[in-house]
Amino acid sequence: MKPEEIYADRRARTHALHLGMWIFLGSETLLFAGLFGLYSAYRAQFPADFATAVGHNDATIGTINTLVLIVSSFFVAWSIHALRGGHRRMCIASLVTAMALGASFLGLKTIEYSHHFAEGIAPGAQYTSTELPEAGARTFFTLYYAMTGLHALHVIAGLAILGWLATRVRRRRTTTERHVELELGGLYWHLIDVVWIFLWPLLYLTG
Amino acid sequence: MTESPLPESFWRDGRGLRGWLLTTDHKRIGILFFFGTTLALILGGTFALVLRLELLTPDKTLVDAHTYNQLFTHHGVVMVWMFLIPSIPGVFGNFFVPIMIGAKDVAFPRLNLASFYVYLLGSVVTLVALVAGGVDTGWTFYAPYSASTNGAVGWVVTGVFILGISTIMSGINFIVTIHTLRAKGVGWMGIPIFVWTIYATSIIQVLATPVLGLSLMLVGIDHAWGLGLFDPAAGGDPVLFQHLFWFYSHPAVYIMILPALGVITEIVCTFSRNPPVSYRLLLVSALGIAFVGFLTWGHHMFIAGMSTFDSGVFGALSMLVAIFSAIKVFTWVATLYGGRISLGTPILYFFGFSFLFVFGGMSGVAVATSSLDVHWHDTYFVVAHFHFIMVGGSLTAYLAALHYWFPKVTGRQYSGRWGLVSAMMVTLGFFFTFMPQFLLGNAGMPRRYYSYPDRYQWLNVMSTAGASVLALGLLLTVGALAVACVRGKRAPADPWGSASPEWQVPSPPPQHNFVTPPDPRHGPYDYDGRERSE
Repeated sequence: MKPEEIYADRRARTHALHLGMWIFLGSETLLFAGLFGLYSAYRAQFPADFATAVGHNDATIGTINTLVLIVSSFFVAWSIHALRGGHRRMCIASLVTAMALGASFLGLKTIEYSHHFAEGIAPGAQYTSTELPEAGARTFFTLYYAMTGLHALHVIAGLAILGWLATRVRRRRTTTERHVELELGGLYWHLIDVVWIFLWPLLYLTG
Repeated sequence: MTESPLPESFWRDGRGLRGWLLTTDHKRIGILFFFGTTLALILGGTFALVLRLELLTPDKTLVDAHTYNQLFTHHGVVMVWMFLIPSIPGVFGNFFVPIMIGAKDVAFPRLNLASFYVYLLGSVVTLVALVAGGVDTGWTFYAPYSASTNGAVGWVVTGVFILGISTIMSGINFIVTIHTLRAKGVGWMGIPIFVWTIYATSIIQVLATPVLGLSLMLVGIDHAWGLGLFDPAAGGDPVLFQHLFWFYSHPAVYIMILPALGVITEIVCTFSRNPPVSYRLLLVSALGIAFVGFLTWGHHMFIAGMSTFDSGVFGALSMLVAIFSAIKVFTWVATLYGGRISLGTPILYFFGFSFLFVFGGMSGVAVATSSLDVHWHDTYFVVAHFHFIMVGGSLTAYLAALHYWFPKVTGRQYSGRWGLVSAMMVTLGFFFTFMPQFLLGNAGMPRRYYSYPDRYQWLNVMSTAGASVLALGLLLTVGALAVACVRGKRAPADPWGSASPEWQVPSPPPQHNFVTPPDPRHGPYDYDGRERSE
């Protein structure tokens, strides 16, 4: 059945889509919550090892990446604002800027990963570093890879969504009058940002 | 009465097979889920029968020990994730929730269809494990064994992960549907209790399932590449896996039982021609179970090194569930007491259900007592307890729902006599399958064991005999309903004399659900035209 037949009007449908998106974001939060739970439990078990391992991470790259994501979130918000004001080109430019920032986030993350690998800091059984305290640091870095890896998968999905939205705006499928998908995609991107804001102190700052 | 062709209904849309495979009609998607979950039930049931036959004698009867371990694992996986969780919401929730709230469809019809195909994909991936070497971890995938065993762990956990995505999709769909698509004049207190229980279930699905998905992914990666996150040899803690797993899997019990409680409420009210003595209590207890369900997971770990204080807290919280469930049972009994009861196959299933559910619930209070659980933990006592809830409760209620809504969905009536026979067989067969298992567990027989001392044999024989009667009863049900689909007498719109909205539309319902717009002045329990509030 077509949406127009199900809903009383377009506002009702927009409301339903927003509600559905928020519930989905709640579900996504719980996905990360399991990892945050594991992190807390293991940090309580190995407090000193975790602090040393956090200190070993490059806080500069982590902090730059935080800024990169926050600025990209701003551009996503700006793209919605621009489209609402009828500025289609500015909307596309904002989305592309946000995507470029998202891609540079992944680039910096790759540099970090390769540094770790060079030092023998790999997840689980592949961990060969002897520099850091054995059990605790290994558990920390396994969790580090799980948390940042799951987050990176979300960034990749988010980039695909932003690219799809930019194409839709360019082809005038998503317009000033009808742009609920842009709002939903924006919400998703902000979630990715918010999750990182929690990962940042846990993985880089609390050494 | 002369047989005229069935009226125009959702069964015909003139698009043939395409109209089924690409349908976005919530009723047709419900039928698709019916076929999917029925296949799962047959498969999981066959595994169970082989297990019971194997346990007929103390030593080898049919299969070797390794195959036995794989069979109980796949039995659990298929029954929990491919049958129990999607059964009532996927089939009857999809079919009836929109009609009950006066909507033409669910909020996101394409997402609804997608959830079916994701379910199908997840089921296929889960079953690939069977030919890829099988899994012998038990459906709980306890680490670190699940990371080190040879077998198709990766396939099963990936399959269950995908099934979880389907669960989340349908959960979101139901919550948004119930929030935004209630017809004008249908308030939150004017929807049938069944809708409330689907709502409560959906909340659990959306919040608990991602945690399961995460822990299973960690197990899968661990199995493939040796993550060691739960391996004591690598500094990990295996109990943490149990915490994560049960944080989902205990609420999952309520995903499986809450819709059943909703179905039972509808049947009790219809067959006693009476509104529930307290709508509010039924509603509060459903939401209460959903909420408290998130705070009880620790009772699965009483002997895994948990402190006595924590055990006491988890035990007391678990007992709250029994209070909410008892509120429901007393409300049903009181509703029957004040009503004009008529007999029919659905209410017969309710009689069986109420006995089995209360029995299962009471034994739940027993195992929630941590001092007693030390004796019963990991014995057949626990197996009997949760089968009383999952089969005696959920499956019995599913069969009740099937017999209750059959005339509405198919437009035909089935034989009440065969319904009586199969209901008796299912209830008695079930009772004799699992009652002996309480005794076995209390006498010390551990669960998941392949062989046992001779003194346990007579109870095992009784259990296997009971399982055979249960299986025959289920086959009879399938046969009787299949015959009724073709030869059954034409059913009127409201054969049971119910006031609930789904019975006010033709049987089977037309493509867009309603011939005339639903009338919100008559509530779902408006018998004698007057609402008895409280």
